[in-house]
Amino acid sequence: MGNDGFSYTLGIDVGSTSSKCVVLKDGKEIVSKALVPFGAGTSGPERARKEVLEQAGLLETDLSYTLATGYGRNMVEGADAQMSELSCHARGACELFPDVRTVIDIGGQDAKVLRINSNGMMENFVMNDKCAAGTGRFLEVMARVLEVDINEMAVLSARSEKKVDISSTCTVFAESEVISQLSNNADKCDIISGIHRSVAGRTGGLAKRLGVLPQVVMTGGVARNAGVVKALEEELKVPIFTSPLAQYAGALGAALFGWQKYIRN
Amino acid sequence: MEQEEKKAAKIMLREVVDQVYQEAWDAKKRGEPVGWSSSKFPAEIAETLGLKVCYPENQAAAVAAKHGGQRMCEAAEGMGYSNDICAYARISLAYAAGEEAEEKPMPQPDFLLCCNNICNCMTKWYENIARMHNIPLIMFDIPYNNETEVSEESVAYLKGQFYDVIGQLEAISSRKWDEERFEEVCKNSNRTAKAWLKACSYCQYEPSPLSGFDLFNHMADVVTARCKPETAEAFEALAEEYEQAVKDGTSTWRYDENYRIMFEGIPCWPVLRTLFTPLKNKGINTTAVVYAPAFGFVFNNLEEMMKAYYKAPNSVCLETGVKWREGICRENKVDGVLVHYNRSCKPWSGYMPEMERRFRKDLGIPVVGFDGDQADPRNFSEAQYTTRVDGLFELMEENKKGRGSV
Repeated sequence: MGNDGFSYTLGIDVGSTSSKCVVLKDGKEIVSKALVPFGAGTSGPERARKEVLEQAGLLETDLSYTLATGYGRNMVEGADAQMSELSCHARGACELFPDVRTVIDIGGQDAKVLRINSNGMMENFVMNDKCAAGTGRFLEVMARVLEVDINEMAVLSARSEKKVDISSTCTVFAESEVISQLSNNADKCDIISGIHRSVAGRTGGLAKRLGVLPQVVMTGGVARNAGVVKALEEELKVPIFTSPLAQYAGALGAALFGWQKYIRN
Repeated sequence: MEQEEKKAAKIMLREVVDQVYQEAWDAKKRGEPVGWSSSKFPAEIAETLGLKVCYPENQAAAVAAKHGGQRMCEAAEGMGYSNDICAYARISLAYAAGEEAEEKPMPQPDFLLCCNNICNCMTKWYENIARMHNIPLIMFDIPYNNETEVSEESVAYLKGQFYDVIGQLEAISSRKWDEERFEEVCKNSNRTAKAWLKACSYCQYEPSPLSGFDLFNHMADVVTARCKPETAEAFEALAEEYEQAVKDGTSTWRYDENYRIMFEGIPCWPVLRTLFTPLKNKGINTTAVVYAPAFGFVFNNLEEMMKAYYKAPNSVCLETGVKWREGICRENKVDGVLVHYNRSCKPWSGYMPEMERRFRKDLGIPVVGFDGDQADPRNFSEAQYTTRVDGLFELMEENKKGRGSV
């Protein structure tokens, strides 16, 4: 418990490419959040933890409960519990959008689709396997070969005037395809639009396996790319909601579960 | 005189399988023909004629469990076989071509017994070996059954082949068919099947007196030595041990039994411990396995025997497969299902998405799938598997609040 009499819970989401932390006050208010672009096996998780505590003006000892999630959840020292990023993203998405029924989370190398029931709990899920095509890593590779900032891809794709398809499902072969398009003087904006449609096609296929029930919410880092969100809306023919906190959904869910476990104890 | 200490059933079972391989080696030394057989070729025929037979699938599983799977698969791929084909086939083809497999050596074949009731990959796999060694391939064709019952025409088709196989094996063995011996062999086979099914049935108890993963190890006997009285004795001993465990309140599952699951599919032999650990950590016991009881079939006459061989997991229609599995789930009171999408087994994996949907609808329990491979370790990711098991655990927790197990 903090010196101010409030209870603070920390959710740590250690992904493959980034570490996210959220501190909640009394299970209701986000008092701080931090993101470090380094994931499991690096200094990222600890740096994110230090940063989020500093922001909140708290010490480790002020925390009532710490819950870790994500790929690196079992490597977080001092965590009181671990839960899968599946449940945590579901919980976080519900907190941000109480009417959510389908969560689409695209992270650094994982893509998952979660079905949420009317109680706001996860009742089914599908994930990509073996292959990271269509995930954040795919977009990073494409941004590099196109020599654009990954954060500019949405704006650039909105300027597309001609349809250019990127048909390879493999990241490496798709990179070759992009290079080939560039060699044929295709416009970068058109290529980027094609890349976004490729991601949407792949993720949309995953979502259709589970069934797409509105309200559909996108979480994870790729949700920040409005071009992908738009392409996915066109693919699934439903509006897709997202939030500036999309990348923190897992950490938020972890902090909320942490709060639940703390008050139960 | 002190009473001889009773041998543990698992030791008896291990010795039976060791004996199968040893007898094959001994027969080879004596200059007798030794066969390789697919796992659900009617074993009673070779046994009646006194022919020694080994099982490449069992060998491949053992090689994979002892971490030789990747080496053998790579050897087969180097020979030109695609990495998309079954890893058992790749391991076996590499071995047949002369690659060493110290993990589980067995004599090279003089004849082949191939039945496609378990899959169609068998056909090409065995054809390749027959060509490599220039040896007879005896095919027993059991087509996929789109109906829930086995028709009279199908039984007639199989019976015709049954007698044809006898003729071919009489020529290979230089022995004549003995109907009395066949009846004795069938009696052993049925006794084994009944004892095996009885042992498996103890999973119904709550808590279970056994870890379902034990059955993956014990099933080698029902595959390789179904017709031997020693196998029946070993399974009867196993059932007695489980009966005693129920009375004593003990179990080979030495952890909390928070949840019970059905494990669908062939296990990932190279990473059995990795499969087991997250389940153990969460107190999830496997109390239903499809792969194991699939080999426990009983028959009273030749017609029933033919019908029994028509019922392999991959040769029955979807409705029968679902009914079978849902029955096991209900009897063994499972809380969830973990499905192995086995890259090596396209037919088994292919129908699973539809089965998953039916399980959820009919049983109201969570079903989670993971990608893996029965014998090629390159197709399995520990991190991805663990996440899915954690997800299944969380779904079962949530489901329990609502409705409990089936």
